[in-house]
Amino acid sequence: MHPQRKQKLFIILFMLAGIALAVTLMLVALKENINLFYTPTQIAAGEAPKHRTIRAGGMVVEGSVTRGDDDLTVHFDVGDGNSVVTLRYTGILPDLFREGQGIVALGQINERGEFIASEVLAKHDENYMPPEVADAMEKAKYDKKYGSAKNNAEKTDVKPSTGAY
Amino acid sequence: MWTRLKRLYHKMGSPKWFYEITSQWSPWILLVGSALMLTGIVWGLAFAPADYLQGNSFRIIYIHVPASLLSQSAYLFMAVAGLVGLVWKMKMSFVVAKVIAPIGASLAIMSLLTGAIWGKPTWGTWWVWDARLTSMLILLFLYFGVIAIYNAIENDEMANKAAAILSIVGSINIPVIKYSVEWWNTLHQPATITLTKKPTMAPEMFIPLILTILAFYCWFAVWVFARTRNEILFKERKTNWVKKLLNNDKGAQL
Repeated sequence: MHPQRKQKLFIILFMLAGIALAVTLMLVALKENINLFYTPTQIAAGEAPKHRTIRAGGMVVEGSVTRGDDDLTVHFDVGDGNSVVTLRYTGILPDLFREGQGIVALGQINERGEFIASEVLAKHDENYMPPEVADAMEKAKYDKKYGSAKNNAEKTDVKPSTGAY
Repeated sequence: MWTRLKRLYHKMGSPKWFYEITSQWSPWILLVGSALMLTGIVWGLAFAPADYLQGNSFRIIYIHVPASLLSQSAYLFMAVAGLVGLVWKMKMSFVVAKVIAPIGASLAIMSLLTGAIWGKPTWGTWWVWDARLTSMLILLFLYFGVIAIYNAIENDEMANKAAAILSIVGSINIPVIKYSVEWWNTLHQPATITLTKKPTMAPEMFIPLILTILAFYCWFAVWVFARTRNEILFKERKTNWVKKLLNNDKGAQL
């Protein structure tokens, strides 16, 4: 390569490396601000500010959803495997909301450590499959958990099949 | 192989050669791309099974993913073309970089729009300021910046250099977009297709997606070639070969 071109190429690559380093440092410094939501573990550890509007995200814990009798208030727990935070929301939930689904909620934590949400978004994971496959997986999971006719002797712990976290 | 590639590179550096070679290639690439697109879209929209959770709304993936992927690839093509132009002083390379910018911008817009249309029924919101969506918006603004430079600076050489530098610097955003879903908590889900792992998608949904992605790349090539040829005709309008070409065309029409 021509020495002049080589020099030019090096200058450009050097500039690029410098800016990349600056951007990396900036992104690392702003990590907490770039994260869209706090995880239940962070909230339990007291990392999330109280009485300030924040986002919390996690999986809706199976069997935790209770609905109000005369209004649209819903209580449910959101967990990430380590900790759980209780959410209260009044309003219409997204279509994808269900137990085991990932969600991101906007709201505030009150004194009792309850998260009062003003907006609940469903988080979709990267898995796409036809309903029959999902049914088959659900059945396999069920069989594994409670034991099917064939193998009720071995009972192992079940891992969630669609875990985005 | 290497010498042939090198010869092709030098040939492509000549506007006349570039014009002639891409004129020969384009119909074939267009044909292949269109066949892939037709198969992929019909398969994806009509025959692929609905998703177990999202139902039919997932089908926007057949436009959203190719557009997003290509808008990022296009940016890298533009940055590399700018680099080649700056270092090796290849004029044709600058022309290619210039014509890619509006195409890339329109792909980024397509990606953001289809994402919003999908986001409303799936997430419950059109837009959220998470790392993936924001970095994608930054990509669109970078494209706008490059286009603005070409329009604002009268002197071609200056415009080419300034735009090339912006494209090269802006290419830092590409890995940020790619890994945003892994580095930070985002609403956007992680990648379904990766080069290293098996896709987390059923094959009967995945194959049409691959077809539409390939189709987008073919169409992109045809589009870039066509716009570049257009630029060549304008830039070289005073040369003999262009005059002859245009006269022949006129003769054919009359």
